[in-house]
Amino acid sequence: MDFLRPASWEEALAAKAEHPTAVPIAGGTDVMVEINFDHRRPEYLMDLNRIGDLYAWEVGEDSVRLGASVPYTRIMENLRAELPGLALASHTVASPQIRNRGGVGGNLGTASPAGDAHPALLAAGAEVEVESVRGSRRIPIDDFYTGVKRNALAPDELIRAVHVKKADGPQQYSKAGTRNAMVIAVCAFGLALHPRTRTVRTGIGSAAPTPVRATAAEEFLNAALEEGGFWDNGKVITPSVAKRFSDLCSAACNPIDDVRGTASYRRHAVGVMARRTLTWTWESYRGARRATEGAA
Amino acid sequence: MAATGAPTGLTQGSRTKGGIGESTLRPDGTLKVTGEFAYSSDMWHEDMLWGQILRSTVAHAEIVSIDTSEALALPGVYAVMTYDDLPTEVRHYGLEIQDTPVLAHGKVRHHGEPVAIVAADHPETARRAAARIKVEYRELPVITDEASATAPDAILVHDNRTDHHIGHVPHPNIVHRQPIVRGDVEQAARRADVIVRGEYHFGMQDQAFLGPESGLAVPEEDGGVHLYIATQWLHSDLRQMAPVLGLPEEKVRMTLSGVGGAFGGREDLSMQIHACLLALRTGKPVKIVYNRFESFFGHVHRHPAKLLYEHGATRDGRLTHVKCRIVLDGGAYASASPAVVGNASSLGVGPYVVDDVDIEAVALYTNNPPCGAMRGFGAVQACFAYEAQMDKVARELGMDPVEFRQLNAMEQGTLMPTGQPVDSPAPVAELLRRVKAMPMPPERQWESSEGADVRQLPGGLSNTTHGEGVVRGVGYAVGIKNVGFSEGFDDYSTARVRMEAVGGEPVATVHTAMAEVGQGGVTVHAQIARTELGVARVTIHPADTRVGSAGSTSASRQTYVTGGAVKNACELVREKVLEIGRRKFGSYHPAWANAELLLESGKVVTDGGEALADLVDVLGDEAVEVEAEWRHRPTEPFDLRTGQGNGHVQYSFAAHRAVVEVDTELGLVKVVELACAQDVGKALNPLSVVGQIQGGTTQGLGIAVMEEIVVDPVTAKVKNPSFTDYLIPTILDTPTIPVDVLELADDHAPYGLRGIGEAPTLSSTPAVLAAIRDATGLELNRTPVRPEHLTGTA
Repeated sequence: MDFLRPASWEEALAAKAEHPTAVPIAGGTDVMVEINFDHRRPEYLMDLNRIGDLYAWEVGEDSVRLGASVPYTRIMENLRAELPGLALASHTVASPQIRNRGGVGGNLGTASPAGDAHPALLAAGAEVEVESVRGSRRIPIDDFYTGVKRNALAPDELIRAVHVKKADGPQQYSKAGTRNAMVIAVCAFGLALHPRTRTVRTGIGSAAPTPVRATAAEEFLNAALEEGGFWDNGKVITPSVAKRFSDLCSAACNPIDDVRGTASYRRHAVGVMARRTLTWTWESYRGARRATEGAA
Repeated sequence: MAATGAPTGLTQGSRTKGGIGESTLRPDGTLKVTGEFAYSSDMWHEDMLWGQILRSTVAHAEIVSIDTSEALALPGVYAVMTYDDLPTEVRHYGLEIQDTPVLAHGKVRHHGEPVAIVAADHPETARRAAARIKVEYRELPVITDEASATAPDAILVHDNRTDHHIGHVPHPNIVHRQPIVRGDVEQAARRADVIVRGEYHFGMQDQAFLGPESGLAVPEEDGGVHLYIATQWLHSDLRQMAPVLGLPEEKVRMTLSGVGGAFGGREDLSMQIHACLLALRTGKPVKIVYNRFESFFGHVHRHPAKLLYEHGATRDGRLTHVKCRIVLDGGAYASASPAVVGNASSLGVGPYVVDDVDIEAVALYTNNPPCGAMRGFGAVQACFAYEAQMDKVARELGMDPVEFRQLNAMEQGTLMPTGQPVDSPAPVAELLRRVKAMPMPPERQWESSEGADVRQLPGGLSNTTHGEGVVRGVGYAVGIKNVGFSEGFDDYSTARVRMEAVGGEPVATVHTAMAEVGQGGVTVHAQIARTELGVARVTIHPADTRVGSAGSTSASRQTYVTGGAVKNACELVREKVLEIGRRKFGSYHPAWANAELLLESGKVVTDGGEALADLVDVLGDEAVEVEAEWRHRPTEPFDLRTGQGNGHVQYSFAAHRAVVEVDTELGLVKVVELACAQDVGKALNPLSVVGQIQGGTTQGLGIAVMEEIVVDPVTAKVKNPSFTDYLIPTILDTPTIPVDVLELADDHAPYGLRGIGEAPTLSSTPAVLAAIRDATGLELNRTPVRPEHLTGTA
């Protein structure tokens, strides 16, 4: 196994072009486990730790450009206001030690359906900035996950950053696991309200071969909110709407039975988390509206 | 008794600092917390090789062929060995029944069985070489439960059994069967106003010690080998290893290296023989360290069990009878199964007065992973079931579950189902009273001015509820565990104690072969020596086989038995020291003739506290040393048909109250508090006592809500051999554990102490289950409880 240590992003891209099978490693929280257990022995390992740019983030007008290697701890500490869903998801990642090392780039690179960041990225609406010597492109998150542990990267491309829309409304994230900390997801759910566009986005983890959005549920809810004038009147969402939304989120799952949980539990739990996160975010939205009105 | 002529009743008070009853600090504590403690996996030797084990990928198969040529061809490989390369005709080992092949011969009987071993100059090379060994298997049907084990056409897991249980078992796929019959259950059942039946299932728990199996074997010039090893019982390993290696026991030297937890999982051999074989074959030191994945295959687990119970009671709440049948899955090899059967059956009724019982416990041979010793040892599975039954009967009678238990609680003088009288304090009702009397944790602790504190809620930081669906439940349980090895086993320990003056100060050295596995035994040994010998400085010699056996660090026995041996050896040393004193100084003071002299704070003193001489002056240049074996009261085997017999040494009792909060919609559980009351006889080190109780309680919580090795029922393969999928409690899963310690002396035991390590593991699990039932109203007849069981999505 050859160990490549590019000193700059350009060198990294050149190396990746030369050795498309090279496996990039940053925090190493995923790759090293595979290597230690001899499950994977890539011909080339490419250490990205020298590329400082990957550890930086920029808060722009509408979105945050999050370097691929920004550790989860930083997201929790510094981007709670801009990326509340992702910050909550980051909180659920493994242990403090892992959160100090791991970043979103690794989650995306591995593209495991159990990656904690995915539902939050799907719900917030993100674009993955990838680059090769051929050039740079942005892959919408909806198109990023292509199969079990597969993503839309070309062999010569590296993940440089993720562009996540700054929250324009409440976001929530829940993860069901059989332990109260440091647990891999049995299933997970992310929800973001986007009052500016009057839309709701969702993300489901570990309940289908890839992270998915509950598109039908979103469409139903968007229509129901619009129809009832909820965005304007800030009324409590009727239980029947919440129930239907929850059912449609369950229906968006395509889970399996495995050692972590049954398919039936996953479907059920996603429904419960969908209903609860909808309640939390909507209550928060209503609270914010009331506060604004009170101020006015 | 080895202690013939030793003064008795000379137990000294706490006037010498750091003696028994004080919470002296553990010598290994700071090192472990700061990461500086050397575990067995940290050992290194110049020029050493790395050993690797090739394990079976299937659970049950004939081995058609093994081709090692490609492995041997790999540069850096020094040796590859299979069954055919074993040096002697002794090729099997086992704690009680020698049924476990050192390397598989003709057949593999469980997933992960060792088939071949490799030594290479780099661990990676050794792994690669092992992967190059070609093993052709012809798969056989798997035996996975009682039905498949005892079916008319069942394949025998072991052909031609010759062990001493084969004569009394109903089928060769049953390792051991122990019935216990007392009174007349049919007659008694007619007196019952209510009869409650239940079937319970207990999952396979892993010891999940953090330090994986590891050791270093160094060949010696005399043709022998020195093994540095993390184990629970050096001499038991030695007895099993030497014949396989073809060496006399004195040529196999063993030194205990840093042990990272055990909980029963190191009672059986793991890599001991393999490392020695490779070291002797190559003439080089060989180190073997399992990784976490391999560790799940490298040691036995807690027996999963199916338990059928029938309890009867009169309207006024008196138990009339208990019938039960406990089926333990022993897996492919016997390990400690027979003794686990003995415990499950003899303790199967729990700490209650029941005159009419009909109990049967069996352990099966199957193709599941081998199961053996784990903290609680057969008593854990039974306690889970009989305590669920006690709640059911109480409910049926409309009685409070604690009052119902107290009404039937055993006490000193009660006869066990085995007919053995309980001849020391058995404060079962009192322990229940105490846990019930503890203040309840406040409701809705998650509520704060800044919203819900998710750490206080089911799901924790996973942020699954802010209080929705959360229901509190409370449950109680109490258990009984035997202390020490039972059923006639010669359960002795040896201690060597030396006393001399060093640098103007009296110093005691305590040398035993006791495995310190984290329980705090070395701390207690030093305390005993200080108390008995009145010295401040005590050196604990590393544990090795240059001193006699200290027995196993299991069965809650080490403080009792090796502690007893240290106390005994100290008393013998003290007598010798006093003899020297009398010889040297007897003429100067009439009190020297007094029999009641003590050693305190470096001096010989009268029982009135008058100092007669400095120990340094008494000792002069002499060193006083004694090595002696010490035994507790003998026990006897249980009758094979009736189960009657004085089989146990001592009993240990703990009670728990569990308070849980369950997210009833998501099926997630937060254990809010696990209060425990336990009688410890005498707390030699109060802080360690609380530590043991909290640790045992937490391990019981683990099997209640998360810990389970999942074995595929079709292939008998392990599905979750990793800490990603075998979950143990984190600090956020561990509740506050208030502990109420009783000290009711057992007059038969040193200092009146009681073995403590296991009892809290028993009652913790059923208390949590009872609390979850209380919160949800669900039946819940299996443990661990998983979210799908609480949400109807199994």
